[in-house]
Amino acid sequence: MQGNIHSIETCGTVDGPGIRYIVFTQGCLLRCQYCHNADTWEIGTGKIMTVDEIVQDLESYRPFMEASGGGITVSGGEPLLQMPFLTELFKACKAKGIHTTIDSSGGNFSERPEYLSQLDELLQYTDLILVDLKHINRDQHKRLTGKYNDHILKFAQYLSDKNMPIWVRHVLVPNITDFDEYLDELGEFIGTLNNVEKVEVLPYHKLGVYKWEALNLKYPLEDTEPPTEDRVENAYERLTRHLK
Amino acid sequence: MEQWKGFQSGNWNKEINVRDFIINNITVYDKDDSFLVGPTEATTKLWAQVMDLNKQEREAGGVLDLDSKVVSTITSHGPGYLNKDLEKVVGFQTDAPFKRSLQPFGGIRMAEQAAASYGFHVDEEVKEIFTKYRKTHNQGVFDAYTEEMMLARKAGIITGLPDAYGRGRIIGDYRRVALYGVDFLINEKKKDLKNTGKVMSEETIRLREELAEQIRSLGELKEMAAAHGFDISAPAANAREAFQWLYFGYLAAIKEQNGAAMSLGRTSTFLDIYIERDLQNGTLTEVEAQELVDHFVMKLRLVKFARTPDYNDLFSGDPTWVTESIGGVSVDGTPLVTKNSFRFLHTLSNLGPAPEPNLTVLWSTKLPQGFKNFCAKMSIKTSAIQYENDDIMRLEYGDDYAIACCVSAMRVGKQMQFFGARANLAKTLLYAINGGMDEKLKIQVAPRFAPITSDILDYEEVMDRFDAMMDWLAELYINTLNVIHYMHDKYAYERIEMALHDTKIIRTMATGIAGLSVVADSLSAIKYGQVKVIRDENGVAVDFETTGDYPKYGNNDDRVDQIAVNLVETFMTKLRKHATYRDSVTTTSILTITSNVVYGKKTGNTPDGRRTGEPFAPGANPMHGRDTKGALASLASVAKLPYTHALDGISNTFSMVPKALGKDEASQVANLAAILDGYASKEGHHLNINVFNRDTLLDAMEHPEEYPQLTIRVSGYAVNFIKLTREQQIDVINRTFHGSM
Repeated sequence: MQGNIHSIETCGTVDGPGIRYIVFTQGCLLRCQYCHNADTWEIGTGKIMTVDEIVQDLESYRPFMEASGGGITVSGGEPLLQMPFLTELFKACKAKGIHTTIDSSGGNFSERPEYLSQLDELLQYTDLILVDLKHINRDQHKRLTGKYNDHILKFAQYLSDKNMPIWVRHVLVPNITDFDEYLDELGEFIGTLNNVEKVEVLPYHKLGVYKWEALNLKYPLEDTEPPTEDRVENAYERLTRHLK
Repeated sequence: MEQWKGFQSGNWNKEINVRDFIINNITVYDKDDSFLVGPTEATTKLWAQVMDLNKQEREAGGVLDLDSKVVSTITSHGPGYLNKDLEKVVGFQTDAPFKRSLQPFGGIRMAEQAAASYGFHVDEEVKEIFTKYRKTHNQGVFDAYTEEMMLARKAGIITGLPDAYGRGRIIGDYRRVALYGVDFLINEKKKDLKNTGKVMSEETIRLREELAEQIRSLGELKEMAAAHGFDISAPAANAREAFQWLYFGYLAAIKEQNGAAMSLGRTSTFLDIYIERDLQNGTLTEVEAQELVDHFVMKLRLVKFARTPDYNDLFSGDPTWVTESIGGVSVDGTPLVTKNSFRFLHTLSNLGPAPEPNLTVLWSTKLPQGFKNFCAKMSIKTSAIQYENDDIMRLEYGDDYAIACCVSAMRVGKQMQFFGARANLAKTLLYAINGGMDEKLKIQVAPRFAPITSDILDYEEVMDRFDAMMDWLAELYINTLNVIHYMHDKYAYERIEMALHDTKIIRTMATGIAGLSVVADSLSAIKYGQVKVIRDENGVAVDFETTGDYPKYGNNDDRVDQIAVNLVETFMTKLRKHATYRDSVTTTSILTITSNVVYGKKTGNTPDGRRTGEPFAPGANPMHGRDTKGALASLASVAKLPYTHALDGISNTFSMVPKALGKDEASQVANLAAILDGYASKEGHHLNINVFNRDTLLDAMEHPEEYPQLTIRVSGYAVNFIKLTREQQIDVINRTFHGSM
């Protein structure tokens, strides 16, 4: 089984618990204005890697994962675009007792039965999903990412119904997501879910801008600065207010 | 003995056996850092005085004062103080703090140059004595050097040799002074002198002379202590005396030797036993205990030597390698961590960060979690700690070894090394291609082997020539070291340090390798890519055109990592073939200190694409920017290098931005501790941990006055960043910072 892989980071410490081996998959449906991995957008390119190759490489980092309570995180791109590959990969990881995490925005979620059956199988081998909720407002979501958010909210709801543990992640961007009304609304939505283990506010940063330049793309948020610490705290408080 | 009251007795009562004393009396501490206390008023006051003197020294161009007349010996100077009323531990190398001593036994020219470079002039009479009447180590070496050795030295295929400075890397067991008192030690040495062989072979004669010198130096040690008002002929009776007695032993050593590395040993847990006894007796409080540690460490921070500009190029930033080894686990699995292990690291908070003493944690996966977390926390806060893998060293050296200099483990008081700097394997590869012709000097340095004449380098052919060139180098290298150490023993023998060793000891001949990652990547380029040779008008290969994708060391890719592994094993095997001075055991290290810059300067373009003059990576590090799969892949590559073939140590400097370790302090601490555990499990040997942002360094370059205590770890030691040369600063900044995504 093969996947389209953008790159590997062997020492991830911000995408799930402990130290994580991070597989960045190639391909995404969203076009977030603040994306720091714009080079992972294109579908069907990247490096072809097999499950065996990844598992073998992963194996040499076991001592670091064990000492830190870490594991593997598949990020992207949008990992769920390659569910059969992911399922095989996680099956192999679980057989070795490695903690598995998906970092997804749910951008390709669909209620079609064939999609759900693939997802259900994948979830059997998944310990945790980091769900990126980009914007609670439907129109603003479209402006920010190029797509409406209906199916993304359904994705979160679906995982809640399945009792799949998730961490909700929300990028705080001044003038786009950093408004109390939106944060409150998102907080209320999070409050309706019963599977949220943690909420993380990710302050917007500009570290990925050089990738836009390398791709000859115009960076839409050129004039946007990172939020202040106070605003980050404010956001966290509002998002977790209704947490179950 | 009265002074031993309250201690558990054992073999240590009957014979010199500090390890036995520790194992019988240690109070293991397995909790967290909450018991630690801040500095006393006296500590703060003294440290402010030191910081002021530091500033004056910096403004004076690096040396504040230097004795240009009185040759330094154990008893040459009367006592000096910062503030006699406040100091709990006393004694300086000369009669004043920040006054560097005059040490001409290694070489009078070096002493002159060192003085001259800071605007001082060595007294004419001293010059005359050490030129006309008293031969020095340096002169002895150059009397015996062959032409080939001189040429190899000039070309820089072997560089940094201790032929013009003290070899150092000998750790006296200074704890013995505190535990036994000097009279006991003298008596033991007298017994040994009686029991040397009766047949007067050269070996026996030398041993008898050395023992006589050792005994004499112990007498002088007592005299020096007496000048400070202490009688150290008997054992220390309490914690304060234990610190002072031990420090006197060390002070005598640094008064008489300006060895490149004057390491302290493994003292914190030993001293904890005295503190615990006093705490139990109610004669000492935690505040007073920390004050003793702070004052002792303050003294260690003020060790200073006068060094030449050449020396400073090699070992930048005024290092002294007062290495103190902390932690570790006993042979039976008991952690050797005490409250004093914490107190020593806590000096980085009480006095602020500093490069010395070179705080070295002997890391084991079996250390208590509380201590692991505290180490990680202090590393993140100060970048002043290095870590070495106790789980692999214990197998070789038992549980009472310490680190000399950066990464050299040795049994305390039972083992010493003949420091051998390093051979430049990157240049050796170029010699293999050019048939022994130096690519920079354009002179024949190695024997005239047939050069490679093809346009495209063939891996098998290159390996064949490279192997022959390493044969030549290994033999020359060992012979050169034999000359140096013969002369060092003869003209600059470390009598007080050796007085604090057993009489029968193990000696190692500690060679070293520079340019490992350059060679590994070059050979990988030749094997997996295509390397075209560009020759000058005389047919000397001066540049290379490398095309194609090839694996690079530092990405956990066996194709190239195994080239590096084989290289270490091959070169070590070749070194082992040659007879060594005093039957020393040959070892090697992969450690460059800051000489990676000097070595790079002396080495031409290499097939890996490194340009002429560019620095090598330090120690066993991958070349910067070439490790692209993240921090753990880089660590995994280095961890493959076989410690059993590089028993003098494998140095790895690891820099991370704080955010790459985790989002908050708790996860940063946990993840760093886990990285150390993981690296130890993978049998990696040594890690320097730096945690900061590159911007901080850039700012410190522009505004040094705002960063008087900014400390960073380079290969095997820590430096005050602002004391590095600009060239070295740029080299540090250019290196890979993991997580700067």
